[in-house]
Amino acid sequence: MTTDVRRLTLVENRSQNSHAWKRVRSITVHTLLIGASILMLYPLLWMLAASVRPQNEIFTSPSIIPSEISFDAFVRGWNGVRISFSVFFANSFVIAILAVTGNLITCSLAAYAFARLEFAGRKFWFAMMLMTLMLPYQVVLIPQYILFRQLGWVDTILPLVAPKFLAVDAFFIFLMVQFFRGIPRELDEAAQMDGCSPWRIYWKIMMPLSLPVMTTAAIFTFIWTWDDFFAPLIYLNNMKQYTVMLGLRTFLDSTGESDYGGLFAMSVLSLVPIFVFFLAFQRLLIEGIATTGMKR
Amino acid sequence: MTARAVEASAPVGRETGTSFWSRAWQNHAPGYLFLLPWFIGFFGLTIGPILTSFYLSFTDFDLLTSPDWVGADNYIRMFTNDRNFAASMRVTLVFVVFSVPMKLAFALCIAMLLNRGMRGLPVYRALFYLPSLLGASVAIAILWRTIFARDGLVNDFLSIFGIAGPSWISNPRTSLWTLIILSVWQFGSPMIIFLAGLRQIPADMYEAASLDGASKWRQFWKITLPLLTPVVFFNAIIQTIEAFKSFTPAFIISSGQGGPINSTLFYTLYLYNEAFAFFRMGYASALAWFLLLLIACFTAFSFLTSRFWVHYDD
Repeated sequence: MTTDVRRLTLVENRSQNSHAWKRVRSITVHTLLIGASILMLYPLLWMLAASVRPQNEIFTSPSIIPSEISFDAFVRGWNGVRISFSVFFANSFVIAILAVTGNLITCSLAAYAFARLEFAGRKFWFAMMLMTLMLPYQVVLIPQYILFRQLGWVDTILPLVAPKFLAVDAFFIFLMVQFFRGIPRELDEAAQMDGCSPWRIYWKIMMPLSLPVMTTAAIFTFIWTWDDFFAPLIYLNNMKQYTVMLGLRTFLDSTGESDYGGLFAMSVLSLVPIFVFFLAFQRLLIEGIATTGMKR
Repeated sequence: MTARAVEASAPVGRETGTSFWSRAWQNHAPGYLFLLPWFIGFFGLTIGPILTSFYLSFTDFDLLTSPDWVGADNYIRMFTNDRNFAASMRVTLVFVVFSVPMKLAFALCIAMLLNRGMRGLPVYRALFYLPSLLGASVAIAILWRTIFARDGLVNDFLSIFGIAGPSWISNPRTSLWTLIILSVWQFGSPMIIFLAGLRQIPADMYEAASLDGASKWRQFWKITLPLLTPVVFFNAIIQTIEAFKSFTPAFIISSGQGGPINSTLFYTLYLYNEAFAFFRMGYASALAWFLLLLIACFTAFSFLTSRFWVHYDD
């Protein structure tokens, strides 16, 4: 009896101990993670603060709490360079939306062929498509530039959007192939029995079921096109056609050093579309990365 | 016979089973038609340009007059008589060798901490991922340029402890490190891939191991890491290729010059300047082809050595 009781209390003690130990560990881990998150996000918060605080306060303290809040910098920055940022934003939106349209149409067509259709050389072309994933852009850059120059496309948005209508973003083909393979084959086999053409199966069966992957592809295309600096830098020389990223760079080179408030205000605004997508669709984005291993 | 006519006659062909060609058309044409845009892009914007740039790499070409054949001169010059090439190679290799392992180590550490079915996981995951999503932007490069300036955020912090930090950006010994930190800061996407990989490891393996008295540390080295090697391998390849191709941060932080004293002259930045500031298209093509070979060799080498350290269970 006594030994039983003793044993019982011993067990209880031990479980209490391990319970307390677990708590301590959980608190430590959370503290560590919260600390790391703050450290990581601090530069972003600091930039946000710098865009609304008085100009002379930006470089005086590491604090992110402004003494007063004003949106003057946004007004100054918006017209900070010769051409207003409304033009840059409009250009960026047009380019990004055309790129999204192109990618969704042509990448899904190619992905459907790779995932579902039988034809000679399918495996070979699929392997070729995967090879292009690894290809550094630089190796096609100069001939593409020469080609677009001969077509008279330099200083237009065509070099930025036309390739998207030719499914050059192999990454999204791969993403969609992975998704299409997960759709039960019975569905399109049944449709095929009923005499549905591949085109109708693609349009009436695959597309309606592929909303998640299409959304993921659309958001990533939008963000990457929005962020893209290299292609606009090469192809757009006329300031009226500048994207937001080129506008920011011009701002930095011309008045940036004297008007940090305005520069940061425009930098913050340039991130807003990306941030909105992040808030609205972060689950989809994270799933997209987890299943395919996207680069960023 | 036009395409439409063949298509129209195809069902008849199937019923009678006579026409070989119409059956072949019916079986293979849809695939190629769906791939048509991709084929145009693949040949016109990928294969064609790759071959063209290979040809151009053996020429002297300024975009205005037609290319002059110079044999292997461009390649010879790269390795014997071009200090900037050597500098850019060194800068890029240092960047790759330091940023990729640090980024992956961070990603794995945080993923390990997050992988305990803990509370608030979605929130943490989203917060850590945010820099990856924003990081490639010009805005972030501008931010980095200012926080590492002489009177920037980093030195403001250091001054609390009485340290007067240098201008990290304009000091050739530290400027590359600001870019490495920027890259490591974006560890979120490999972290998410690690998290997905960790979830695949069956929980009963750990249970069995702890019943046998294996410590957490031992479990990490004996179970987690070996089973995670395919994901490590994948992340390492993707991140290395991305690091080789990195351009925007170096361009913005050094105002397109790769300075101070070539300390941030990324390979891609050097290539850009050769092509679009000096219009040495032939030489730039040789640079591009060398980059392609470098990446191809790295990838091939990784795959060849992978069977010695990557764990595939079948």
